[in-house]
Amino acid sequence: MTNEFVLEAITREFPDSVISHSEPYDFLTLEIKKEDIKKVIHYLRDSSLEIQFLTDICGIHYPENPEKEIGVIYHLHNLMTNFRIRLKVFMPKENAEVDSMTDLYAGANWMERETFEFYGVKFKGHPDLRVILNMEDIDYHPMLKEYRLEDGTRTDKDDKMFGR
Amino acid sequence: MSDNKPIIRMDAEPPEGFEGEGFFATKLSSVIGMARKFSLWPLPFATSCCGIEFMAVLNPTYDASRFGMERNSFSPRQADMLMVCGTISKKLGPVLKQVYTQMAEPKWVIAVGACASSGGIFDTYSVLQGIDKIIPVDVYVPGCPPRPEQIIEGVMQVQALCEGESIRRRDLPEYKNLLESYGIN
Repeated sequence: MTNEFVLEAITREFPDSVISHSEPYDFLTLEIKKEDIKKVIHYLRDSSLEIQFLTDICGIHYPENPEKEIGVIYHLHNLMTNFRIRLKVFMPKENAEVDSMTDLYAGANWMERETFEFYGVKFKGHPDLRVILNMEDIDYHPMLKEYRLEDGTRTDKDDKMFGR
Repeated sequence: MSDNKPIIRMDAEPPEGFEGEGFFATKLSSVIGMARKFSLWPLPFATSCCGIEFMAVLNPTYDASRFGMERNSFSPRQADMLMVCGTISKKLGPVLKQVYTQMAEPKWVIAVGACASSGGIFDTYSVLQGIDKIIPVDVYVPGCPPRPEQIIEGVMQVQALCEGESIRRRDLPEYKNLLESYGIN
């Protein structure tokens, strides 16, 4: 399986869903319309492409790009041919919501909880979307690039000494 | 180096008192303090690198047993010296607090290493910036991680504390206020 082959298969099947594509480090990367991501992943799993393994779901935050501020990134893997593909969806920060993959991949459950916890992305159809790694009463999404990197509760450090 | 060998004294000095033929009289608190000093039971709360150094304290080279802390208690019920060795995340904070509250009085707390004392290098959203945010600490051991000698020094500081303190110190209003400020009791 080559990048060209898979890219052609996807664009033939979903001509309107693929927003852009690139191959950084020979890694086929597609940006997919938010509404269609579940269809595409379902197709990759069940078609003859057999890209059946969900390696990772994670989030990303681009605060300087309000239209595509929050991203969710899917890594998929065909274990037979060792072919990997990366799919990205982007959405504005307000009411960031994307379809859950939990009914396609059981392993998506924890990854989506983690993405929700750290980026605030809601996953439509997720059975149990709540915080998984931090304390339950955390009231913010720590990986959004809108917080100071350091904990403001710290009292033992004089910023002058650290050149800040 | 051979001149440098530490002299380990296994015989404790008796507390001050009146001595005569066949009797020795002293304060009860001195006797109890001495007993407490040489029978501390540590509860190791080890989460990371400092925990490994603490394990080294227990091995024959450093031999914590000679302080009377032979038995490491992994239950808070009978332990009286809580040794927090390592990074405590905010999620783990309530657990640590529960362990502390379940220990019976009198109890002492050692914060071993930079993380337990101040959050260390982990100046982030998930790490508690020092266990003294949630429980009172008696002795801070600096280092990242501290060497076993430093942990032993910390233990000896606790020994000095419990030897010197009155048996009723923990009933004092100051102590109660301290605990209250942490929301304990």
